[in-house]
Amino acid sequence: MKKFVNNIDDILTESLIGFGDTHSDILEVNLKPDFVVRKSKPVNPKVALISGGGSGHEPLHAGFVGYGMLDAACPGHVFSAPTPDQMEAAASQVHSGKGILFIVKNYSGDIMNFEMGADMLNLENQTIIVNDDVAVEDSTFTTGRRGVAGTMIVEKTIGSLAETGASLDECKTFGDHVNKMTASMGVAFTSCTVPAAGKPTFDIADDQMEFGVGIHGEPGRKREKIKTADEISFELMGAILEDLKPNNNQKVLLHINGFGGTPLMELYLLFNSSKKILDQKNIKVSRSLVGNYTTSLDMAGGSITVTKLDQKIIEHWDSPVYTAALRWKI
Amino acid sequence: MDAEKIFNALNQIKISIDQHKDEIEKLDQEIGDGDHIFNIQRGINESLDLKDELSGQAPNEVLKKIGIKIMTTVGGSSGALFATLIMGMSKKYSSELTNQKNIASMFTEGVNAMKKRGKADLGEKTMLDVLIPVSIELEKLSDQKDVKLVAGNIKEVAEKGMLSTKNLIATKGRASFLGQRSKGHIDPGARSSQLAIEAICNTIINA
Repeated sequence: MKKFVNNIDDILTESLIGFGDTHSDILEVNLKPDFVVRKSKPVNPKVALISGGGSGHEPLHAGFVGYGMLDAACPGHVFSAPTPDQMEAAASQVHSGKGILFIVKNYSGDIMNFEMGADMLNLENQTIIVNDDVAVEDSTFTTGRRGVAGTMIVEKTIGSLAETGASLDECKTFGDHVNKMTASMGVAFTSCTVPAAGKPTFDIADDQMEFGVGIHGEPGRKREKIKTADEISFELMGAILEDLKPNNNQKVLLHINGFGGTPLMELYLLFNSSKKILDQKNIKVSRSLVGNYTTSLDMAGGSITVTKLDQKIIEHWDSPVYTAALRWKI
Repeated sequence: MDAEKIFNALNQIKISIDQHKDEIEKLDQEIGDGDHIFNIQRGINESLDLKDELSGQAPNEVLKKIGIKIMTTVGGSSGALFATLIMGMSKKYSSELTNQKNIASMFTEGVNAMKKRGKADLGEKTMLDVLIPVSIELEKLSDQKDVKLVAGNIKEVAEKGMLSTKNLIATKGRASFLGQRSKGHIDPGARSSQLAIEAICNTIINA
């Protein structure tokens, strides 16, 4: 393993300190318990949006703390859900009288720790569970679909709605709606290496890919021989569109997300492959985003996310945002 | 039961988990994501650090504080679940009962709290496949005077439960995303739970 490390036990703390100093105009980092909050408190009361999850997916979630998105983020250890006291402390600091909305990716550890955090709170709160990954089946016999790169789209759009002073119920309903309109699926070429483990999470041959991989390098639908970018996007997009069932001329947001180890040049190429498929099917790519937003440490590969757009989602996607990792119109 | 005995048991658990570190990590990498062993080790070490502070305190207080420590330092599924187990146990402690009846009712309470938190039950390829049979056996043997015999039985039940996860298909937790592919692998949480129980049983058997 070759990584920038001093002491394995200190990697999260040292990274958070660096992150806080880099973006000291936007946010503040609190250590023990670890959480990140906006520097400037909102002028008018608003629903406080709090997300969090294991570290190693940067910029998700702390990179999305700031105006127009999250009020706070709680980073756990690498790939491990944060602890309930982090959520409680963050909530106590950022609530402004209109309730707390937790945004949680659908993983057992995250769900349980956020639930325990919510149990500790004496504040009105609700939770949105994001489960956009179509690689795994949603059935009563599994934990359900995973929350992956679509989480950021949910965070951006509810973040915008919350700035308007919308109620907790309105934000929750809208967030659930955006989640439902969103589907993702990814493919990995190499494994990630969890720093504390010091070696790759899984073995994968040079000519193979993990199809439908999760953002922790956990297996997906199948392991198979690598294909061309057009073929890969055809298959990923097939699964996504089967889930979303868009109408003719449906406007969509197309998001290509890198897992951390794939150059932007390839991600734009994947965007091109994916857009060609949508063009052929008369699905209109009306908004787009390409980059490393929901990463899996140093894993090579990427994912495709599609969100079906309506006027309200477009309005809240386009609105001003100012965070470490996403900023426009401000 | 007292603070010293609880920390002695914890120390035995630490020795066993440390010895099986690579094995647990490998099991987790096969069907999870490889963080389980680090979370377990962190939880044990953080709890052992409380030894001096909690020395002489009542067993329910000791367990409650260990539970809170695990809840606030471990993270992940295992942090939430083991914290729930231990805090659940602390709630049921009674100095009126015999030691064995006390342990049986505490453990059952903790396991029930864990089932509720994880929304899981027997046969889902989780640590509950070890812990539920152990709680049933503890209740069954709560009148048995021969503690070495009890420890021997519990050890066997835990091992059987752990091995049973091998051929199950995971329906909870991260391994559930694998579906059929989870078959043929022992659940890492079941293995670490079984090792912990075995370590405690061995101390009783070898006493």
